[in-house]
Amino acid sequence: MIDIFRSEWTKIRSVRSTVWTLAVTAVLMVGLSGLLAAAVKSNADGPIRIDQALAVSLAGVMLAQLSMATLGVLVISSEYRTGGIRTSLMAVPKRMRLLTGKLVVFTATSLVVCAIASAVAIGVGLLITQPPAITLTDALRAVLGATLYLTACGVFGLGLGTLIRHTPGAVVSAIALMLVLPQVANQLPGQWGQTVAEYFTTNAGMLLVSLSPQRGSLGPWSGFGVYLIWIAVATIMGAILLRRRDA
Amino acid sequence: MTAIRARNLSKRYGGTTAVADLSFDVEPGQVTGFLGPNGAGKSTTMRMILGLDHPSGGSVVVDGRPYAELKHPLRKVGALLDAKAVHGGRNARNHLMAIAQSNGIPASRVSEVLEIVGLREVAKRRVGGFSLGMAQRLGIAAALLGDPEILLFDEPVNGLDPDGILWIRTFMRKLAAEGRAVFVSSHLMSEMAQTADHLIVIGRGRLIADTSVEEFIGRSSQGYVRVRSPRLAEVADLVKVAELHSDHLRVTAMSTLEIGTLTARAGIPLEELTFVQPSLEAAYMELTKDSLEFSA
Repeated sequence: MIDIFRSEWTKIRSVRSTVWTLAVTAVLMVGLSGLLAAAVKSNADGPIRIDQALAVSLAGVMLAQLSMATLGVLVISSEYRTGGIRTSLMAVPKRMRLLTGKLVVFTATSLVVCAIASAVAIGVGLLITQPPAITLTDALRAVLGATLYLTACGVFGLGLGTLIRHTPGAVVSAIALMLVLPQVANQLPGQWGQTVAEYFTTNAGMLLVSLSPQRGSLGPWSGFGVYLIWIAVATIMGAILLRRRDA
Repeated sequence: MTAIRARNLSKRYGGTTAVADLSFDVEPGQVTGFLGPNGAGKSTTMRMILGLDHPSGGSVVVDGRPYAELKHPLRKVGALLDAKAVHGGRNARNHLMAIAQSNGIPASRVSEVLEIVGLREVAKRRVGGFSLGMAQRLGIAAALLGDPEILLFDEPVNGLDPDGILWIRTFMRKLAAEGRAVFVSSHLMSEMAQTADHLIVIGRGRLIADTSVEEFIGRSSQGYVRVRSPRLAEVADLVKVAELHSDHLRVTAMSTLEIGTLTARAGIPLEELTFVQPSLEAAYMELTKDSLEFSA
């Protein structure tokens, strides 16, 4: 497996699209944090609460989740686009090992980059908003939440890319599942509609990032767990098809 | 040991049959030409050998085992399917490095194969900018990474200039001379005539011939004897089966000796009496004419 990790690491670091999407993610996180924090600070009458300050610092997550999902998609769909997937499968004919290699290397890369981007975004946001009572635990907890959430979004993209194999198709599906449909679900009427909305992909996953008080039955971690189930379903479906389809 | 062994290999896509009940062996130490018109099922067969496509029936093994069961497959088998199937944004060295690492092949080997195919100077260039000839060399470099005993090339000379064609032809001969099994597909008989020792000919996914190059020519057509004479019409009357052309006669099913004896007895002077060997191209056309997917 180590051989496959090294190979996938070489693949992921040696194309510009990786560098660009990761750079975009970092710039979105830090840039939006700075901009919004400055805006909030200048409009505020008194001191800004810690939970508000953290929420403002992580405003970029809404957009960064899409750049991470796109990178996840590209990790595999670019091989289908070029035909390089055949070269990869000739080198690693056990397809589940190839997919595992991609998942592990992508997850590790994403965790590192997103942790740095989130930490800087939060640092910048807190420096500007200057909330009165900052605890390190709160800040670290926010970095952890954003890092895990963004990485999960990337893995979601990788799962969808494996399933759909086609870059535009997979990116559009990712946007639909992560951004559009959760909003649509929020409009569903009744108790049943509320439950669907609560459990729908990023609605559940974002509970780990947004520090707003709990409304429904899901907490931050159980919400994130629900999101991981969505991701697992997409990835497992992709894996099954990867195994069965001709390359 | 037989390098590649296919037994009753079949592949169906929905209602169409791409490969049907195909059995053949590829032996080490020679270039085996895999010949057939476009659409005959050559690429499909190669993908099945490499475990990329799943056979609908039958089996194919490489060095006695299914490809997917090889531990470090690239150290056993090297293949070039589509030279342009590379990520254009990666440079040549990184492209090869990622392939090498997956099979535990050291970085020094990457430099070696770049040298072998003559791409050392452009190792840091993005492969998207490579010409087809350079991409073809890069594909061959990738196939050679694991120093494999078995090599597969799918239409390697397609779109190459004469220099490139000569280079690949010489290179494949050299690989076979080193004792490796070289399995190379082509739709051009003339190409195979100059490269291959053995031929596997398919049409519409079925085996048409599995023979040596010499046998192939002999089997498919007898050739003919060309006769020129000032008294051509008289010669035509003497021989049994003949085709009268404006300035010569084509005689089939008779040897030059038989014709010469007959005409000598009749006292007919001859200008020319030549046995014409059929070209490999003609033999191939003859064999595959019934199996063309589309004919003009």
